[in-house]
Amino acid sequence: MALRVKALESVLVEKGLVDPAALDAIVDHFETKVGPRNGARVVAKAWSDPAYLERLRADATAAIAELDFTGRQGEHMVAVENAPGVHNLVVCTLCSCYPWPVLGLPPVWYKSPAYRSRAVIDPRGVLAEFGTVLPEDTEVQVWDSTAEIRYLVIPQRPAGTDGLDEAALAALVTRDGMIGTTRL
Amino acid sequence: MGGMHGLGPTPIEADEPVFHHRWEGRVHAMTIASPTRGNIDVGRHERELIPGPDYLSMSYYQKWFAGLSTLLLKATLVTSREIASGQAAPGSARGTPRLAAADVTEAMTRPSSYLREVTAPPAFQPGDQVRAKQMNPPGHTRLPRYARGHLGVIERRHGAHVLPDSNAHGLGEDPRHLYTVVFAARELWGPDAPARDSVRLDLWEPYLERA
Repeated sequence: MALRVKALESVLVEKGLVDPAALDAIVDHFETKVGPRNGARVVAKAWSDPAYLERLRADATAAIAELDFTGRQGEHMVAVENAPGVHNLVVCTLCSCYPWPVLGLPPVWYKSPAYRSRAVIDPRGVLAEFGTVLPEDTEVQVWDSTAEIRYLVIPQRPAGTDGLDEAALAALVTRDGMIGTTRL
Repeated sequence: MGGMHGLGPTPIEADEPVFHHRWEGRVHAMTIASPTRGNIDVGRHERELIPGPDYLSMSYYQKWFAGLSTLLLKATLVTSREIASGQAAPGSARGTPRLAAADVTEAMTRPSSYLREVTAPPAFQPGDQVRAKQMNPPGHTRLPRYARGHLGVIERRHGAHVLPDSNAHGLGEDPRHLYTVVFAARELWGPDAPARDSVRLDLWEPYLERA
């Protein structure tokens, strides 16, 4: 594949159809500018600042834009909150829809036929593969990202974190926690 | 493929890199920078047209490479000989890249929207019971097969969004009202599903009928 891709890039560059420096910049964007650290800041702020949480509930796209996380695959954000007795899980059964500005690019498993096929019909089985076992009476709400709405799970704030500031809280938030395959 | 069994365990990988190989990042970047990148629905549909057995055996970025190559060929921007050789045919036209390096950050972070103004009022309101239509169009749609024919409840309105079924085929945006619809797991999967579990999908008005 490496050689075939290199050949395609060479011909596109030679024909003036893409700028190789732009390709470098796009790769750099995904490797260094976006990623789960962004989403973790949103979650930590939602945990710490009740007014922010209200804004996130009312218009997540705007609330997330307050932290300068905007753009492709984050055009229409909705935050879904875990609560005692309610657990949220996000999937895209049709392709690989994922909120790039707050989580970066999805992991291979999120894009895999195994996850895409089973997250809707057997979410508890999928969760168990991540080591997440939910009580039977917990309601599992699966969000299949079929349109351009992108979902960010707001995990429950872990117990014993009362004294922590936003930065310390953000360090506790994981990517999988914001997809909903794990709990914090 | 939503709702299928037997596609194996979830391939969880610890400390996964953003791209596993350099070429994967180049394919992703070329797809975004390519002059064929006009419309997200066209690209999705192109990847859906990969035959099923190939689709399941290809890696994610192999599918992106195949989709991008096909779009470039269809747009007659390159020939298959050029893709294979990596060299432009003698005397072929030279263009100017659509996206310059200096504009990448702006292009990636610029707020944009699939929401459109329409005059038609929404047909449904939160709380309405609806049925996902039994429909099987030969082209692109975002109504998953597993939801077709099933009863759900409108949970939330999102305004009118670009309709992929039209946009993917170059037939215009045809914006339609979009709703989050909640389906009980037992409605979708039968009595063995946990009683309280549910699946939510974002569905356009033409996918729904009053129930």
